[in-house]
Amino acid sequence: MPEIKLSENTIQLIKDICFEFENKESELINVLHRVQGKLGYLPAEVQEVIAKELKTGVAKVYGVVTFYSFFTMIPQGEFPISICMGTACYVRGAEQVLAEFKRQLKVEVGESTGDGKFSINCLRCVGACGLAPVVTVGEKVFGRVAPSQVKQIIAEYREGRNSEDVKTA
Amino acid sequence: MTDTKKQIRIALRNCGLIDPEQIEDYIAQDGYFALGKCLTEYTQDQTIAEIKESGLRGRGGGGFPTGLKWEITKNVEADQKFVVCNADEGDPGAFMDRSILEGDPHSVLEAMAICGYCIGADKGLIYIRAEYPLAIERLKIAIKQAREFGLLGNDILGTGFNFDIELRYGAGAFVCGEETALIHSMEGLRGEPTFKPPFPSVSGYMGKPTNVNNVETFASVPVIINKGAGWFNKIGTEKSKGTKVFALAGKINNVGLVEVPMGTTLREVVYDIGGGIVNGKEFKSVQTGGPSGGCLTKDFLDTPIDYDNLVAAGSMMGSGGMIVMDEDDCMVSIAKFYLEFTLEESCGKCTPCRIGNKRLHEILEKITEGNGTEEDIDRLKVLSNVIKDTSLCGLGQSSPNPVLSTIANFEDEYLAHVKDGKCPAGQCKSLLRYDIIEDLCTGCTLCFRNCPVGAITGERRAPHFIDQSLCIKCGVCFEKCKFDAITLT
Repeated sequence: MPEIKLSENTIQLIKDICFEFENKESELINVLHRVQGKLGYLPAEVQEVIAKELKTGVAKVYGVVTFYSFFTMIPQGEFPISICMGTACYVRGAEQVLAEFKRQLKVEVGESTGDGKFSINCLRCVGACGLAPVVTVGEKVFGRVAPSQVKQIIAEYREGRNSEDVKTA
Repeated sequence: MTDTKKQIRIALRNCGLIDPEQIEDYIAQDGYFALGKCLTEYTQDQTIAEIKESGLRGRGGGGFPTGLKWEITKNVEADQKFVVCNADEGDPGAFMDRSILEGDPHSVLEAMAICGYCIGADKGLIYIRAEYPLAIERLKIAIKQAREFGLLGNDILGTGFNFDIELRYGAGAFVCGEETALIHSMEGLRGEPTFKPPFPSVSGYMGKPTNVNNVETFASVPVIINKGAGWFNKIGTEKSKGTKVFALAGKINNVGLVEVPMGTTLREVVYDIGGGIVNGKEFKSVQTGGPSGGCLTKDFLDTPIDYDNLVAAGSMMGSGGMIVMDEDDCMVSIAKFYLEFTLEESCGKCTPCRIGNKRLHEILEKITEGNGTEEDIDRLKVLSNVIKDTSLCGLGQSSPNPVLSTIANFEDEYLAHVKDGKCPAGQCKSLLRYDIIEDLCTGCTLCFRNCPVGAITGERRAPHFIDQSLCIKCGVCFEKCKFDAITLT
């Protein structure tokens, strides 16, 4: 196993979280949720620490991380943009909204912009079908989004007008 | 106009009426009365008999009789058993479970305790999607309050019955709605399904007998105990009792949740309750059952909705998503959309689902790009049936349903794509062509100035032209033209 280069603080944080769940292997998903909540993503080194703490194989941790769409090994943007691709949103034009975000930010789904500000992801139904098509930025929900509004949404975050919402959410 | 009289609220009885963060509100609506009644007046068998007599069937999609499931789990001998609530509502377009958990969390907790009493379990687990933070928050509050009131925990209501509930979080995997996959996920593993039998009722969570029911199923239980099986089984059709919550969405005027007696027709739901199609367009199809279901045509509008009728019509109840589509929706694209979902969500364990669906998707892609042949339609049918017959779990076995049902009900649309190279709904971009009618074009340059890719050329006050090799078919010129000089074929 290669040497782990994470900071001492980060390693301690992960250890503490594992300890909270009694270092039980069966709590792996809960541990991953919590660690990702703190660090934003789950790079290989973090998975190695978790595997060690829960006394299981790195392969098993990696298997779980890559199985569930909620977990990511790539850092998210400061303002993670998620476009709902549930059926109701799809029927109401989510595809065009996604295309516009990709065009404006010049990144693909799952990528972050060069300045680390934005990342785009697709979600499968946030259960807000009455507001279709739905876009979330951080925890803020935008309903009935038209492709023509995309530019403005991005601008609001770029200029910092909405950033408070994200941080406090 | 919305016709609210056609609705009966059983599962949603308290949603929007009570404060979900106040247990007193729930108790004031006869909350936990059913649990008390079971613990003090009914034996385990009497309670199960009541649920069986009510005719309640699983609301998660399968429609398995709930009482029977409880009885099977009860009859297995074990030192420990579990009650699991499946709150992994992954079906795109369905949000009834979320509404119940957010609006009336105690009804689920109460029913889980009743189930625990019946089957002999002292522990309940709710497997909930991480995408529902508010529902998680409300459940946490509800569990805490129920413990404080002695309605969860040890010696409930002084009867010596112990039962407590914990939460387990999903992490975004549709297949985890399948009960064996859900159980593996709760154990901290990849959510891959395993072969049944053994059913979870015999060997489930941690290898112990486990009774898995869906949120809406549980939410119906306390009412059945309070009002009696005889009250519940008078509502609905012969084989499907009670009510079902549907999530109406898509091209319909009134979007949202509706709860109607089983046996209500699609027409009543779409027109009387849903208020018809947006912008007065023509109804084309309603999709039920999510990625496992099918698309029904207007011929089925007068079919009474119940488990068996929907299956007979080539769809299924599913968890209750109901997406309405109008004349602008291309059914081949819809089938492709669902396949994309299945592709992403297939766990990859068994070959028919992992590879078969990929091939189905490729054929659909070919058709929507205008390169399909009539043989491709036959290939879709054959491959779909192979996937249905040979996949390991419910996800794979039902994944070709959107393809088969759209071919069965909208074959002419498939034929239009492959024979005439046309998409009748005008949704498949590769099959579209925008042209400028010279006689009508005034040369105002509006289209020229708005074209995002510079595909339009022409002098001011002279007819313009579209370069088909550059056109990305965005339709901006078509929308902007004030003289109807642009045609779409």
